[in-house]
Amino acid sequence: MDVSLSVSQHEFVAVLGPSGCGKSTLLRLTAGLLMPTGGSVKVYGFDVQEPRDDIGIVFQQATLLPWASVEDNIVFPAKHMRGRVSRRDRERAHELIASTGLEGFEKRLPNELSGGMQQRVGLARAMFLNPQILLMDEPFSALDALTRDAMGLELLKLWQSSPKTVLFITHSIPEAVLLADRVVVLGERPGKVVADYLVPLGRPRSEDAIRSPEMQDFIGRLRDLLIKRQMS
Amino acid sequence: MHADSNTETTQGDGPSVVRTKSDRILSWLISTPLILPLMTFAIILLVWELGTKLFNVPTYVLPPPTRILEGFDAVSRARWLEHIWATLRVALLGYFVAIAISLPIAIALAKSRLMSRAIYPLLVVIQSVPVVAVAPIIIVVLGTDDAPRIVITFMISFFPLVVSMTTGLMATPAELLELSRSMKATSWREIIHIRLPFAVPHIFSGLKISITLAVIGSVVAEFVAAEKGIGFFIQFSTSMFKLPQAWAGLVVLICMSLLLFQLVNIMQRIFFSWSLPKEK
Repeated sequence: MDVSLSVSQHEFVAVLGPSGCGKSTLLRLTAGLLMPTGGSVKVYGFDVQEPRDDIGIVFQQATLLPWASVEDNIVFPAKHMRGRVSRRDRERAHELIASTGLEGFEKRLPNELSGGMQQRVGLARAMFLNPQILLMDEPFSALDALTRDAMGLELLKLWQSSPKTVLFITHSIPEAVLLADRVVVLGERPGKVVADYLVPLGRPRSEDAIRSPEMQDFIGRLRDLLIKRQMS
Repeated sequence: MHADSNTETTQGDGPSVVRTKSDRILSWLISTPLILPLMTFAIILLVWELGTKLFNVPTYVLPPPTRILEGFDAVSRARWLEHIWATLRVALLGYFVAIAISLPIAIALAKSRLMSRAIYPLLVVIQSVPVVAVAPIIIVVLGTDDAPRIVITFMISFFPLVVSMTTGLMATPAELLELSRSMKATSWREIIHIRLPFAVPHIFSGLKISITLAVIGSVVAEFVAAEKGIGFFIQFSTSMFKLPQAWAGLVVLICMSLLLFQLVNIMQRIFFSWSLPKEK
């Protein structure tokens, strides 16, 4: 994989690409969960040498703890890092429960929640330590289309109220365009950046925004690009 | 058109099938717990009783249930309790020793490939040893009190525990382990907070298999050398040709196994209800 990509602070970057192009690898390199075999990964100008704890990760599956309530799942980072949960941590969890629309579900277990609700908990857990960087690995791809759109818009709201640098991996073009400032397209093996576009769309965004002819045009261009890559 | 007329028919007839009285009794039988197994059991007992009487089966071949019931009176209740306690004590102690030893082994196996390579073959060898054959040797080595019996019980019941615990500890979703790594949590916390709780469903399947094996272990040990216990009682009774009371001992053993098994089930339901498959 030979990817050259730099992301500015508080930028929302969507990474698009066919499966197997190394999108998830890119994310794990950034998190310090994998080490590069060549080249370097820098965050804030420093080489990533070990797993970083100033990032939040949201996975494709919510991967919650099945024995822990919604609230306990959200405070899990505190418990896991420090070994105990303070009152401040609980307060923080309640803030997140409110901002992710989980009120009334605090004491529920994950298997009592819908897929969308579970992923809200996953998002709240990733936000718990108020990380500067949010890494999202196809976070909404296991959800149905309607829930997916709603979750995307809620993510935008959260992001606007507490800005973070977001690396958002997806294989949905409309989702990438709706959410991101910048869309990066990775090509198939060997993975490399084949396109890097700014999304010509102001903020705040609503679902209507991407229905304009210009945006449809933009989406069409991206789609052509991806399909052409896949054909050749 | 066709679809329309179909809908009408179902609406006219109502949503459910026409029910007769026998239908209702049948569905009551199916929906009421325990009633069907109890009926099956009663029928088997009845056939057993009548069959042995009708064909004059000798008692030493198969005593009828009523004779087995009389077998319970062969010794006093206090004596029964003494036997039961002897077997139960060894079974439980061996079981707890097995749990206490398998957990660290399972953690070592799950955490380190080196340990896994080094220990696992040895575990398989221990598991392959026919415990019944080693039991007399163990008794000679360790003497005739509880210690050798506990060792025998441990040897029979520990392997399923190690396997289920290791499988469970390895069954944690990779993403959660990544999350744990990204939080730079200690290895100890990774086990306590993530791996061990995730292993609970697997651990309980091991616990359920092993509790019944522990009873077997306890009985095997008594066969070799004991002056108390249900296993001893059965062996003693058969040597005296008192088959009905030997059968009575067997019934006690079955009840003991069932009760212990249910106890493990109940523990799981009370303390780890989340680990049970969702009821439909």
